[in-house]
Amino acid sequence: MHSIPFEHGLILAGVLFVLGLIGVLTRRNVVFVLMSLEIMLNACGLAFVVSSARWQHADGQIMFLMILTLAAAEVAVGLGLIIQMYRRYHTVDLNVLTQMKG
Amino acid sequence: MILLFYLAATVALISTVAVILQSDVVHALIYLILSLLAVAVIFYTLGAPFAAMLEAIVYAGAIMVLFLFVIMMLNLGKRSRQQEKSWIQRRVWIGPVILAGVLLAQLLNVLVQQGTDVAVVEVGVRAVGLSLFGPYVLAVEIASILLLAGLVGAYHLAKK
Repeated sequence: MHSIPFEHGLILAGVLFVLGLIGVLTRRNVVFVLMSLEIMLNACGLAFVVSSARWQHADGQIMFLMILTLAAAEVAVGLGLIIQMYRRYHTVDLNVLTQMKG
Repeated sequence: MILLFYLAATVALISTVAVILQSDVVHALIYLILSLLAVAVIFYTLGAPFAAMLEAIVYAGAIMVLFLFVIMMLNLGKRSRQQEKSWIQRRVWIGPVILAGVLLAQLLNVLVQQGTDVAVVEVGVRAVGLSLFGPYVLAVEIASILLLAGLVGAYHLAKK
């Protein structure tokens, strides 16, 4: 069997997570922010699968399935919010939403 | 297999950087699909074929198609692309990039200090399925309730 250094997988997950974080912090388009959140969730799932491979146990993959479910629900609700925001304000600029009272 | 891991990791990193640098939403989405497929290949090399399949089918398939439909509904044209270009300026992104880079450096510093080289043993569909519907059956039920709540919430929010 081949072997892969455990920490290389975790480093990849960390770098992907930070890239997603930079996307969330710097973008103003709400669609891009949601995509960056997806990148971050995916990086978390990668870390769990790497741990699953490290200890040769199925639990990490179970956790990845839970993250997948969470991401699906989050994207559905988030995209619904984006559609509603576009209907009301005709923009996808996050800075327009500075007050709660619509 | 090791070569496959590093190749897929390179593809994933490059395409993720391309996602957060794009000004066109659809191009960014295509790059994101590429990144997710590269991560699916990484899962396969790590001995998790079930997770790889789900990554390709659910993430790169279903969730990204959902994104594509919403982008088509929003009908963002040339104006939005120019607006994006004007939003991505150096003084906007330089601060967050430096601070996030510091956090990443700390994380990497912790990670490189412990080196373990382990053989990859495949944890197949059977093991995952037995675990999922054995000790974790309650988590499956809760996930179904979460999906139902997401369905109802998305329907209510997207309704006129």
